[in-house]
Amino acid sequence: MDLKQFRDPKLAHELIELIGKICKGRTINLMEVCGTHTVSIGRYGLRSAMPEGLKLLSGPGCPVCVTSNHDIDCAIAMTRVPDAIVATFGDMIRVPGSTTTLGAEKAQGADVRVVYGPLDALDIARKSPTRPVIFIGVGFETTTPVVGSAVQMACEEGLSNFYLYCAHKSTAPALAAIANDPDTRVDGFILPGHVSTVTGLAPYEFLARDFKTPGVVTGFEPVDILSGVARLVAMVAEGTPRIENAYGRGVDNCGNLAAQKVIEDVFEPCDAVWRGLGPIPMSGLRLKGAYAAHDAMRAFSPEVEPTRETRGCRCGDVLRGIITPDQCPLFGRVCNPEQPTGPCMVSSEGSCAAYYRYREHN
Amino acid sequence: MQKDTEVRLGHGSGGAMMKRLIDDLFLDEFSDEAALPGDDAGVVPLGGERIAMSTDSFVVTPQFFPGGDIGRLAVCGTVNDVATSGAQVKYLSCGFVLEEGYPMDKLRQIVRTMAQTAAEAGVSIVTGDTKVVERGHADGVFINTAGVGLVPAGVNLSGRNCRPGDKVLVSGTLGDHGICIISQREGLAFSTTLTTDAAPLNHLIAAVLEAAPHTRAFRDPTRGGLASTLNEFAEASGVDIVVAEDDVPVRDEVRGACEMLGYDVFQVANEGKMVAVVPADEADAALAAMRASRYGENAAIIGEVCEPACESGHTVRLKTAFGSTRILDMLVGEQLPRIC
Amino acid sequence: MCLAVPSQITSLDDNGMAQVSVMGVTRPCSVRLVPDAKVGDFVLVHAGFAIQRIEEQDARETLALLEEMPDLLGDEVPTPDEAQDSCATCA
Repeated sequence: MDLKQFRDPKLAHELIELIGKICKGRTINLMEVCGTHTVSIGRYGLRSAMPEGLKLLSGPGCPVCVTSNHDIDCAIAMTRVPDAIVATFGDMIRVPGSTTTLGAEKAQGADVRVVYGPLDALDIARKSPTRPVIFIGVGFETTTPVVGSAVQMACEEGLSNFYLYCAHKSTAPALAAIANDPDTRVDGFILPGHVSTVTGLAPYEFLARDFKTPGVVTGFEPVDILSGVARLVAMVAEGTPRIENAYGRGVDNCGNLAAQKVIEDVFEPCDAVWRGLGPIPMSGLRLKGAYAAHDAMRAFSPEVEPTRETRGCRCGDVLRGIITPDQCPLFGRVCNPEQPTGPCMVSSEGSCAAYYRYREHN
Repeated sequence: MQKDTEVRLGHGSGGAMMKRLIDDLFLDEFSDEAALPGDDAGVVPLGGERIAMSTDSFVVTPQFFPGGDIGRLAVCGTVNDVATSGAQVKYLSCGFVLEEGYPMDKLRQIVRTMAQTAAEAGVSIVTGDTKVVERGHADGVFINTAGVGLVPAGVNLSGRNCRPGDKVLVSGTLGDHGICIISQREGLAFSTTLTTDAAPLNHLIAAVLEAAPHTRAFRDPTRGGLASTLNEFAEASGVDIVVAEDDVPVRDEVRGACEMLGYDVFQVANEGKMVAVVPADEADAALAAMRASRYGENAAIIGEVCEPACESGHTVRLKTAFGSTRILDMLVGEQLPRIC
Repeated sequence: MCLAVPSQITSLDDNGMAQVSVMGVTRPCSVRLVPDAKVGDFVLVHAGFAIQRIEEQDARETLALLEEMPDLLGDEVPTPDEAQDSCATCA
């Protein structure tokens, strides 16, 4: 399958021209809420290719960045559970909690292992049946059914030493918080691609219905993103807000029903605290029913250090789209990928890391 | 930001953290005017001639991987480092730190590989050392090799020599070794037909120097990958370097693995590859010499050296097929598989 | 959040596990979330699980639409003077 045409510079150029034509004389703010979009936009230099008046804002789309200090402290506390093996996605290793990181604890001797996915953590649990294996679950709806499936498999196999520390979140409540935020003006949303693969379009309908804001589900190649932007600005200009799917090859409008079922069977919504957005009711997930036996917090209740926020760090405002990363006083000099202060700089999809990495010289 | 109080894995990964360790700790204590910090080999006067010396330690696990073993790396790594100075590499030393309990037949295999590789490179291993430590105190086998050679008169290769207008060449496909090693790691295992590309490149370097006598510098893009090497050159020479992404040779399998894991191929370690910076009028000759050499059949011209775009920075930029440009930074910490 | 790579299924077993290949590199992958996937299908793989089948037909249709887009959209869009102000999220 050859998807190179989605990187075709000629087609991209035509779309950029079209966007310019539609945007003439207007000021439009679009927000992308998926970290992978932030990275793609940076990598292909799309931000600066946008016409004057059209701003692409980065939103709270990086699940690592929106994980609160307290949640990270809890994950780190899991490394102190006697004899535990903590398994995690690579993304989390360098994220700073209140005082330390999973990576630093690993350097001190904690058994922290980076895995490609939860199946590898299940494997570790099988190979070390007498030790608790605690998987750190972060991610939005793309990842939730994947981790949920692993919990189901652990249950089916009777793998009682497999646990989940669950910091998963749902995307729609964050969108609602942004739409309701008086400090942020968003005229249209570039909706996440692979989250929508799971959820379909239904969770976003409220944006068009209640907030008269259009949204377009968009893929990740430059042509995908530009076509999403073109459709959005057209809807803004016409005043016809709708939710549309521009990523037909990756998303069915109804989403992935098997994946939705896994989320429903294994998890239930709960309140959660988001970095930057604060507490959002029913925006997090926790294990329910029989699966709760695999809940690491319930099983171990480890002592968690008191939460401390880093002074000066403005990740929260970056996540809400109020400032761009380069407007944070710490950006670049104090806070950079080598010496990150906040998670937005650590995570490869964090807005600050993407801005830094793809900074364009004239 | 607080200084590191302990050694981290990132300090060994060839990127910015390691550079900081070297600059702030080792060079701070060891500073010696005779040594030229920053190049792979130290070139120093001895008895009226100039000798090049280099040392490298090998700690890779697993010790055996598709296409090679730690022994091959141990010889190639040091041969290549010395050769980057333009010296004819002649002699190696090797020191072993062996873990109690390590199987003797595996050790023999490693040593045999070292002998074969040394013969291929035309070098002799003339002295060595052996230590054994208790079980659990070394990952099986650690090997250190050091090498020496004479630098011919008039040859002055250094990362500081790059000038605007020079061309950047690589001797072959990038990422093979790094991805091959990663494919063996627990928790990330995937199957591939990729084998390590570890190889002695001293003959290739000699051929390039003969065809392009004004070559500025050679370096092997090991830990930290091409990005680290080019950033080191840019900083040492006070220049910018621009690479055309489409011109960089990468095998499909390496691309596939990088996509799967979310890795940047420009930061993946290589073993049997060489980067060369050559004046523009000698670039074609250098390329031809590489391609005619063993291990250089996929060589390519991938970019060029430019005036720095701004006074404070020496940056390495990547031009994508799409037409956009991004900065190619040095690796920070280690590359880890990600979901984001 | 969404690193998912188009991969081809090269084999399937009875336990919901497949081998998938990306440009010649193969890896185990669960197909629990796409139960009707078959050998030869292309799927999006995220963290070791297939989450969607990719139809080449969909890709072709999208590209065809994109090529027409400038014609479809270009003429219909009103200029700022013509349109009513649509400030979506301000109160």
